Amino acid sequence: MAFDAQHDLVLQALKDRERDLGPRPAEGVTSPWKTWTLARDGDNYAWALLDLPGTSANTLGDQVLEELDSLLGTLEQNRPAALIIRSAKAGGFIAGADVSQFVGASDPAEIEARMTRAHQITDRLEALTIPTMAVVHGYCLGGGLEIALACSHRIAVEGSTFGFPEVQLGLHPGLGGTVRLTRLIDPLQAMQMMLTGRTQPAKKAKALGLVDAVVPERHVRAAIKAAVEGKLPHAKLTLRARVIDSGPARAVVARQMRAEADKQAPHDHYPAPYALIELWEKHGGDPKAMKAAEIVSFAHLMTTGTAQNLIRVFFLREKLKGLAGKPPEVRHVHVIGAGAMGGDIAAWCAWQGLRVTLGDVKPEPIAGAIRRAAELYDKVGHGAPLKVRDALDRLIPDPKSEGIAHADLVIEAAPENLDLKHRIYAGVEPKMKVGAVLASNTSSIPLQKLREGLQRPERLVGLHFFNPVSRMQLVEVIRHDQLDPKVEAFARGFAGMIDRLPAPARSEPGFIVNRALTPYLQEALIMLDEGVAKETLDKAAEQFGMPMGPIELTDTVGLDIALDVSEMLKRDLNLPGPDAPDWLKQKVADKHLGRKTGEGLYVWKGGHPVKAKGAPAPDPDMADRMILPMINTCVALLREGAAEDADVIDAAMIFGSGFAPFRGGPLHYAKARGVAEVRAKLAELADKYGERFKPDAGWGSFT
Amino acid sequence: MAAPTPASGGRPVYIVDGARTPFLKAKSGPGPFTPVDLAVQCGRPLLLRQPFAATAFDQVILGCVNVIADEQNPARVAALRLGCGTAMTAFTVQINCGSGMQSIDTAYRYIREGTSDLILAGGAEALSYAPLVLKQDAVEFLAALNGAKSPLDRVKAAAAFRPDMLQPVVGLERGLTDPITDLMMGQTAELTGFLFGVTREQADAYAVESHLRLAKAQQEGWLAGEVEPAFARDGTLHDHDDGVRPDSAVDKLAKLKPVFERPYGKVTAGNSSQITDGASWVILASEEAVKKHGLTPKAVIVDSDWAALDPSIMGLGPVLCSSAVLKRNGLGVSDVELWELNEAFAAQVLSCLAAFEDEAFGRKVLGLGGAAGTIDRARLNIDGGAIALGHPVGASGNRIVLHLVNGLHRLGLKRGIATECIGGGQGGAMLIEAV
Repeated sequence: MAFDAQHDLVLQALKDRERDLGPRPAEGVTSPWKTWTLARDGDNYAWALLDLPGTSANTLGDQVLEELDSLLGTLEQNRPAALIIRSAKAGGFIAGADVSQFVGASDPAEIEARMTRAHQITDRLEALTIPTMAVVHGYCLGGGLEIALACSHRIAVEGSTFGFPEVQLGLHPGLGGTVRLTRLIDPLQAMQMMLTGRTQPAKKAKALGLVDAVVPERHVRAAIKAAVEGKLPHAKLTLRARVIDSGPARAVVARQMRAEADKQAPHDHYPAPYALIELWEKHGGDPKAMKAAEIVSFAHLMTTGTAQNLIRVFFLREKLKGLAGKPPEVRHVHVIGAGAMGGDIAAWCAWQGLRVTLGDVKPEPIAGAIRRAAELYDKVGHGAPLKVRDALDRLIPDPKSEGIAHADLVIEAAPENLDLKHRIYAGVEPKMKVGAVLASNTSSIPLQKLREGLQRPERLVGLHFFNPVSRMQLVEVIRHDQLDPKVEAFARGFAGMIDRLPAPARSEPGFIVNRALTPYLQEALIMLDEGVAKETLDKAAEQFGMPMGPIELTDTVGLDIALDVSEMLKRDLNLPGPDAPDWLKQKVADKHLGRKTGEGLYVWKGGHPVKAKGAPAPDPDMADRMILPMINTCVALLREGAAEDADVIDAAMIFGSGFAPFRGGPLHYAKARGVAEVRAKLAELADKYGERFKPDAGWGSFT
Repeated sequence: MAAPTPASGGRPVYIVDGARTPFLKAKSGPGPFTPVDLAVQCGRPLLLRQPFAATAFDQVILGCVNVIADEQNPARVAALRLGCGTAMTAFTVQINCGSGMQSIDTAYRYIREGTSDLILAGGAEALSYAPLVLKQDAVEFLAALNGAKSPLDRVKAAAAFRPDMLQPVVGLERGLTDPITDLMMGQTAELTGFLFGVTREQADAYAVESHLRLAKAQQEGWLAGEVEPAFARDGTLHDHDDGVRPDSAVDKLAKLKPVFERPYGKVTAGNSSQITDGASWVILASEEAVKKHGLTPKAVIVDSDWAALDPSIMGLGPVLCSSAVLKRNGLGVSDVELWELNEAFAAQVLSCLAAFEDEAFGRKVLGLGGAAGTIDRARLNIDGGAIALGHPVGASGNRIVLHLVNGLHRLGLKRGIATECIGGGQGGAMLIEAV
C-alpha cells in the first residue's frame, strides 16, 4: 500500500482463518513431542505440524530430528492414507539447520556420526510407502529444503521461497540435498542453485520441477488431495538432463563449473564450491555412494577455517541484528539531500515500506534520485511491477520540504560542510514533530560540532550509511555524550527496521570503518608512489581476500572523499605518516575523481576499471603492508573503547567494507594468525618503512 | 454589486486548496504518466501540505474520460495509491470535457446536503494513452476465431477474414467526434464561428494572446503552488506546462492550414486546444471540517449550472449555463470580476463572447431584455488557457476552477465564473467567491 497504511478492519477480523494448518488435535490430548504435533483429518491424512517452542522460526536441530524419527515410528504402526508436513510458524517452513550446533566443530568423525544419524531419519521419511508431502509457505532453506526433498511431493504456497544457502557458510548441503536435488531436477540447475546459494521464488521452483504445485492458501487442501490421488503432474527430467547425468558428461561440465566458481570464490579461500563440484563429478550417477560421500565432504568442510569463520560471520550478523532491538514507531522519514547517498537512503527506506519524502535545494537532483530508485527497484523487485509501483508511490519528491512536519525521523544527507549543516538544522528543527529524531549521515564531522545551536541536541544521532545502501548492510549508529539513550535505541531499532545492521560507535574521527580503512588506502598510494603497479596492489589485496583492491576502492569511493577523510583523520588524530601526495590533490582539483567521473587512478568504462594485463605478481610482503595497518587501527579502536567489543569491530569491517569474510574479521584474523606474530611483523615494517606501522599500545592487552 | 442569494438552502461549501500537474503535450506514443499516475503526482504534494491525513476525506471523486484498462474506476485506484485507506469510497465521473468540473459539482452537492464534510475532487486525463481501436467487425472476427473449438470450426471462422480488418481506428479521433451529428469538435467551432462572424485573423490573434499570457505567468512564477512538478521514472523532471510557445505570433499562425475542414476552414492546429496529459485536484470542505482541521478556505462555491443545446453548436454551452447561474443569483455579466472560459478553440471562445454581446441571442435564447453584456478581455483567461496549456479532457474543468480561485486571490478580486463547453452539446459553470 502507499502511505499511511491502515490495516483493513475486515481483513484483520478474518486474519486467523488465513492459514490452513490442518485438523486440531483431539481435546485433552497433549503431544508426546515438544516440537511436533500430529493429528488426522477426515480423509485419514496425518498432519505433522512443526512448531519450535520459544522462537519465531523453525530450525532443524537434534531434537526436531529425533522427534521426527519417533513420529515416523508412530505412523508406521498406524498407517495414514498420506502424511502432510507443515510449519506452524508464520514466517515460513524451516529456516535451515540450527547453525549453533556447528560452532567450534573440529572432529570430522563426530560430525559424520551426527550426519549419518540425521540421514537415517530422513531416509526413513523417504522410505514411507504412503504419499508424503511438504506444504511450504514462506522460506524453505537448507535443511528445511532437504526435509521437503525427502517427501514424495512438495506443494508451495504462493510467495514461498526455496534455497540452499550452505555455500555461504563454507559448506554444501549435508542432509541428502546434493543427491536428492540433482536427481529430482535438471542436475545443472541443481548444481547452480547449490553453488550460488540463491533463493528461488515459488514460480521458479515450479518451473524447475522442485515443487509440484504453487497454490494460494485457499487451494492447499485441494492440491494435497490431487497429489495423494496421483493427479498432480510430476515434472520429468529432460533428455538433456539425463545425458548430463553420465560420467563423461559430468566431467566436462564440472570443468566449466570450476572455472565459473573461480571467478567469484577463489579455491584457496573458499573450498566448499569445489568440494560440491567434485562430489557430483565423482558420484553423480550413484545415489548411495553420493550420499555417503556427501556426509564425509560436509563433515570435512565443517572443520575448515573458512567454514568456521563464515559461521562466525553468520553469528556476527545475528549479533548486530540483536543490537537493533525493538523497531521504533516510524511511518514517515524525511531525507534532506538527494545526492548519491541521500537518494539511495530514501530509495531503500521506501522499498522497506516506509513513506519517505526526499528534499533538496533543487528539484533536479530529486528527479535523478527517482530514476536511480526506479532502476534499483526493477532489479531487486525481480520485475514485480506492483511492488515497484507501490515503492515509487511511497518515495515522494519534496522540493518544498513539506514532509518535515510529518516525519518521525529526519535524515540529513547534505554535503560535508559544517556551516551548511548548521543552517539546515536551524531551518528544520522548529518544523519537526515533538517526538521526532534528527539524524545525520555525516562521515567526517563530529556530532559534538553538529549539535551546536540545536534547541534539543539530545535528539541528534549519527546514522552513517555505506555506499551502495542496498548492498552494504552496515549502518554505524553514532552517539555523543549529550545523546538521549532512548534516541540511540531508536536509531539502532530503525536500522534493524529497514533490514540493515547497526554497529554502535562513538563520535570519534572516522568512526570505525573509515578510520580502519584509511591507512589501508593510504599505504596503497604510498606504494603506488614507490612505483608499484596499481593492478599489482589490487591483486595483492584480492589475494588476501578483500573483495576489491585499495586502488579500485579509492576510485569507487571517490578521490575527493578519500582525500577528505584521510586529511581529517591525520589532522584530528595526529597520525604519523606522510601527508597526502600532491599528485592526488592535483587529480582532485582536475576533477579526476574516479568512477563517478570516468577517470581517477584507473580509467573507468561501463562501470568497471580498465586494468592493464601483465602487471607483475605481488610480493608476499605487499598484502601485509596494506592489511596490517588496518588491523593495527582495529586494535587501537578496541583499546579506545570505540565499540562495545572486538566482535562489533569485526562485524563493522565485514559488513561495511567487505573485509574478507572467510577470515572472520580483522581482529579474528590477527588472533588466528597469532597476536605475537602480527605484532612482530608490524614492528618489522615500522623499522623498514616508518613510524606509521608502530604497533598500537592496545596489542598488550589484546588476546 | 448585488449580494448573491444561493440557489437553494444548504451549508456553505469551501474550496480549501488544490494542485495540478504540469500539463504535458502528447507526443508520439504513451506519455510518462497514466491517468492515475498523474493524479498521484499532484495529489501527493497537495495532501502533504494539509494538516489532516489522507484518510480524513469522506470520499474521493475523479473525472476521467479515457479510462485505461489497467485503471478501472481511476478514482478508487488513485485514492488507494494516495494512501486514503481501504475504507475510502471513491467513484469516477464522466461528462466529456465537463468531467473535472462535475467531480467538484457532485462533491459540492454532497457537502451542501450534509452527507459529507471533506471531499477530494479532481480530474485526470492522459490522451497520449488513447488506444488504437479495432473496428467492430474485426472484434467479432477475433471473438469467433477464439471461440471455435474443432479444427473445422476454426477454418470456417478464419474464412471470414477481410484485409481491411487489419486497419485499426485511432481511438482519439473517434472520441473527438460527436456521435449524433458526426461532426468533429473542431467542426462545431467552424460552425459557431460562422454563425457569429469570427474571422481567421481574430482567432489567430486570440491564440497568440493565450500563449503570451501563459508564458508571462510562468515567467512571473504566478503558477507556483498550483502547478506541482511531476517526476517520471526515467528521471525526467516535468515542471511546467510544456505546450506553451512564448514566441507565438500571428504571422506564424497565419501560415497554418485549416485542420478540420479543408481548404476553406478557419480552425487550425495553432488556434485549437492541444492534445495533452494532465491532472488536477481540489479539496472541498464544510464549515465543520474547516473548524475541525483548522483549515483556511480560499473560496466558497456560490452556485453551479449545467445546460444543454444542439451538439453541432456545443461551443456555445458556456453562454447558457453562465447566464443561468447569473440570473438565478440576481447578477449580470458585469458583476463578474474574473472569468475562466475553457479555450476548446479560439473561434469557440470568440463565438461565446459574441453571443454574450448579441442582442437577439440575449432576447431569444437567454431570456434577457437584450444583450447579456461584454466580457472584459483583460479579465478573461488572464494567464492563458487550453490553447497554450492543452486540454486534457477530464482535467480541464477542474483546472479552470482551481485557477479561477488562485486568480481571484492574486488580483484581490471577489467574484468569478469558471465555465466550459462540453462535447455532445452541453456546458457547465461555477459561480465562485473568494474568501
